[in-house]
Amino acid sequence: MPEPPSHRLPEPDRPWMMRTYAGHSDARRSNELYRKNLEKGQTGLSIAFDLPTQTGYDPDHELAKGEVGKVGVSIAHKGDMETLLDGIPLDQMNTSMTINATAAWLLALYIVAAENQDPPAPEDKLQGTTQNDILKEYLSRGTYAFPPGPSMRLIADTIAYTVEHVPKWNPINICSYHLQEAGATPVQEIAFAMSNAVAVLDAVKQRVPQDLMGSVFGRISFFVNAGVRFVEEHAKLRAMAILWDELGRERYGVEDEKHRRLRYGVQVNSLGLTEAQPENNVYRIALEALAVTLGRNARARAIQLPAWNEALGLPRPWDQQWSLRLQQILAYETDLLEYPDIFEGSKVMDGLVAELLAGARKEMQRVAELGGAVDAVDYMKAALVESHRKRWQRIESGEQIAVGMNKFTSTEPSPLTAGADGGILVVDPEIEAERRRAVEQWRGERDQTAVDQALEQLAQAATNDGENIMAATIAAARAGATTGEWAQTLRDAFGEYRAPTGVGDATAAPSEGVVELRAEVERVSEALGRRVKFLVGKPGLDGHSNGAEQIAVRARDAGMDVVYEGIRLTPSQIANSAAQEGVHVIGLSILSGSHRELIPAVLEALREAGAEDVPVVVGGIIPADDATAMRDAGIAAVYTPKDWDLNGMMRDIIGLVAARHGVESAVGA
Amino acid sequence: MSGTRAPADGRELGERLRDRDLTAAPAALNLLESRAPEARAQTAALLAEVSPAVLGHEPAAHIIGVTGPPGVGKSSLLSRLVSHWRSENRSVAVLAVDPSSRRSGGSLLGDRARIEADPKDRSVFIRSTAAGARLGGLAPATRAAATALAAAFDVVVIESVGVGQSETEIADAADTVAVVLQPASGDVLQFLKAGIMEVPDVLVLTKTDLGSAATRAMSDLQAALLALGATDTEVCAVSSVPPPTGIEQLAQALENHRTRIDLEQRRRHARRRHALENFAVEHGERGLRALGGRAQAARWLDQQDPALDAATLEHALAERAGGAG
Repeated sequence: MPEPPSHRLPEPDRPWMMRTYAGHSDARRSNELYRKNLEKGQTGLSIAFDLPTQTGYDPDHELAKGEVGKVGVSIAHKGDMETLLDGIPLDQMNTSMTINATAAWLLALYIVAAENQDPPAPEDKLQGTTQNDILKEYLSRGTYAFPPGPSMRLIADTIAYTVEHVPKWNPINICSYHLQEAGATPVQEIAFAMSNAVAVLDAVKQRVPQDLMGSVFGRISFFVNAGVRFVEEHAKLRAMAILWDELGRERYGVEDEKHRRLRYGVQVNSLGLTEAQPENNVYRIALEALAVTLGRNARARAIQLPAWNEALGLPRPWDQQWSLRLQQILAYETDLLEYPDIFEGSKVMDGLVAELLAGARKEMQRVAELGGAVDAVDYMKAALVESHRKRWQRIESGEQIAVGMNKFTSTEPSPLTAGADGGILVVDPEIEAERRRAVEQWRGERDQTAVDQALEQLAQAATNDGENIMAATIAAARAGATTGEWAQTLRDAFGEYRAPTGVGDATAAPSEGVVELRAEVERVSEALGRRVKFLVGKPGLDGHSNGAEQIAVRARDAGMDVVYEGIRLTPSQIANSAAQEGVHVIGLSILSGSHRELIPAVLEALREAGAEDVPVVVGGIIPADDATAMRDAGIAAVYTPKDWDLNGMMRDIIGLVAARHGVESAVGA
Repeated sequence: MSGTRAPADGRELGERLRDRDLTAAPAALNLLESRAPEARAQTAALLAEVSPAVLGHEPAAHIIGVTGPPGVGKSSLLSRLVSHWRSENRSVAVLAVDPSSRRSGGSLLGDRARIEADPKDRSVFIRSTAAGARLGGLAPATRAAATALAAAFDVVVIESVGVGQSETEIADAADTVAVVLQPASGDVLQFLKAGIMEVPDVLVLTKTDLGSAATRAMSDLQAALLALGATDTEVCAVSSVPPPTGIEQLAQALENHRTRIDLEQRRRHARRRHALENFAVEHGERGLRALGGRAQAARWLDQQDPALDAATLEHALAERAGGAG
């Protein structure tokens, strides 16, 4: 057989796994969606769970209010999981689950649902991924439940269990994705993700025999991000592959080269998607997809792409189909898969990789000196908040161009958002009530004694650090326990946790605008007798705190006293803080689409606490109609992603305080 | 909500606090924190209403100072203590002095979030303020706030961060000072031994779930106290992670200290220090010179009616300085 030329592959590569991050409302509706997506040529599933499921609350819990079925599907027990996967043979499917704090539980539900299929799918045939990366939840995404120590144990337990019993499962997806969403530079993204992987592997090392460490290393995959600077982003992935190989060889003694290969899935960048001229996002997504596919040596194993309208609200099935088609065109119409690595020998690429490697090694060293990723959470969080602050400043100053947002802003009206639905998916508000009733009914109809016993066993396993939590977890899933019960049992054993907010250490580098703001804050504070005090609150379960953090830091830089308590607050906590702290103004941030329920609840709680006179502003992903309704209900101002001028927002807020307290407006303002 | 132009009625707020109306606390704090000239008279009126002269006795609360280096678990500890006191049906006010440094005049206050309490429980009040210019410094209004809330709440906690200066400053405002340490706080031990730091009333060692490190730290502390002859200082070992341990013993140790001291004497001292500090801030070195210096002013204060509140004493100092100068 003649040798094929070195610039062509003997035969084209198989395409990557194509998925769509999907799920909403309840199991039945999501199952319909999955079947339709598979018909359209999607080759794997990617399950989006709602925030109560992700944080371990049942639909009828107080904290679940407004969040049930919103950003994903609500799964409370094995019955829900069976419905969700009905008619999808699990011994053939490859399922990725975006689940972290409650990963052990959802994996158990998946295993139980598979064994109850007809024909049963045994656990050693199951393929898929549980995200299961808790450190990035502390750093960015916010759906943690337990403190770091016990969380790392849960991760180690799921890895130890799957390596033995579910060998084709990827028990953890180390996420650099959310670090970039939180503002990470490429160097930070690489370094923090790798440090995180080291922390996980070190924890697993204690819990599996050394001869299994090769397989453990081989089962660890990454979930990365790709921004629109796609050349550098590709270099980032090549750098990660080099570091990963090195770590395997040097730190963990992994002999098999295959085990040391970087395997990663990707969802491209959402942070850079704009609300202004949202159709432009399609191009951004396409370019970002190139970053993770162009070079064969660092190509993604699985891709899911965001939809063009993510900065507006939840995508509809058609929006997701449009994104899937982009993947299919890339894989099936272009010649991308016919060549070996196209960057081999490229001076530019090698240079970029070397730069990133040097930076990442230095940063990894720093994390190691702080005692590793678990102990360095405070440091990493503060570093991310700082990077994000700088990014925002570059956008505000015009140094970083966002087409349609801070430059080239004149536009024709977009026909894409002209429809009756405003171009987004709105989850039926009745779902939550339905789900509450359904879980009550489930509890009423199951064998309660069996559940009690299973939870008792689980509590014992939790307090015995030497025991793997998975056996008791699977037993509780079989017995019919609920997501909330599983998590509460562990909360009782492990305690609750609040992650650092990272805002205290962010440095203030005053721009011209900020200096002006300070003078105004001083003037108004002087007239008030007290410094302007501002409560920044995140009600509900939404953990995307990056925006709220930037608001808090800027308000502090402008001279205000800022009360920021981090994520996951109930309306009564917010109202109570506002009243007790004597704040002059409240800012609420919600990105999960639950503003319709949560904002009125906060206003009601403020009335009960006697703080109804304090003006409230709201920021988040809020459709125009909802914003109008909010203003009618008494919200002083509504900000959405198109309001990127933070100083302008601060000016409004100070003006609002001044007006409410009869302080004369500034001359010339 | 009151506007800015007409300051709140200090006398009315003082009366409500005296009647143990806890809902008066936020407005009282708004007033006490105010630096507006028109608020001064109202602040004085408020403090006068809760003075021993009007009450007929010292405000009944136990004022407890809690301090220690950052990261030792003060907030988790306070969460447990608050729930302990609530289980005894005692109302609790926490004045959290946030170490967040004042840059640009602004501050980020995140401490209250770290103290777990039922938001619907109206008998728990938490207020955060930015610390003064240096680590461990109290916020300007904290002394006045502690005095005022002591008339309404059963327990008033002043929480601050730092070691060295902070216990001294808190000791001027609190009945009992607890310094919180964790097993790795070796430098604090050195401070104690070297006399840089005053021996606190109660020493708390947190994170005793850490095992042998904790046992070692505990015996080091006890040895140091023994060497210093500080036999009265109780050392309490606590763990705030579930299941929490040592909390009841700590509450008892705080209580024991309070029954041991001459409360009236300590409170009197606190009011006089408060008056003198406020006077010094307001009138500076020149004002102090007019009084014959700080020591002379302190001696003069010692001869005044023990039941007078800080604002009245400060006013008296100012009059005296004016007359002398």
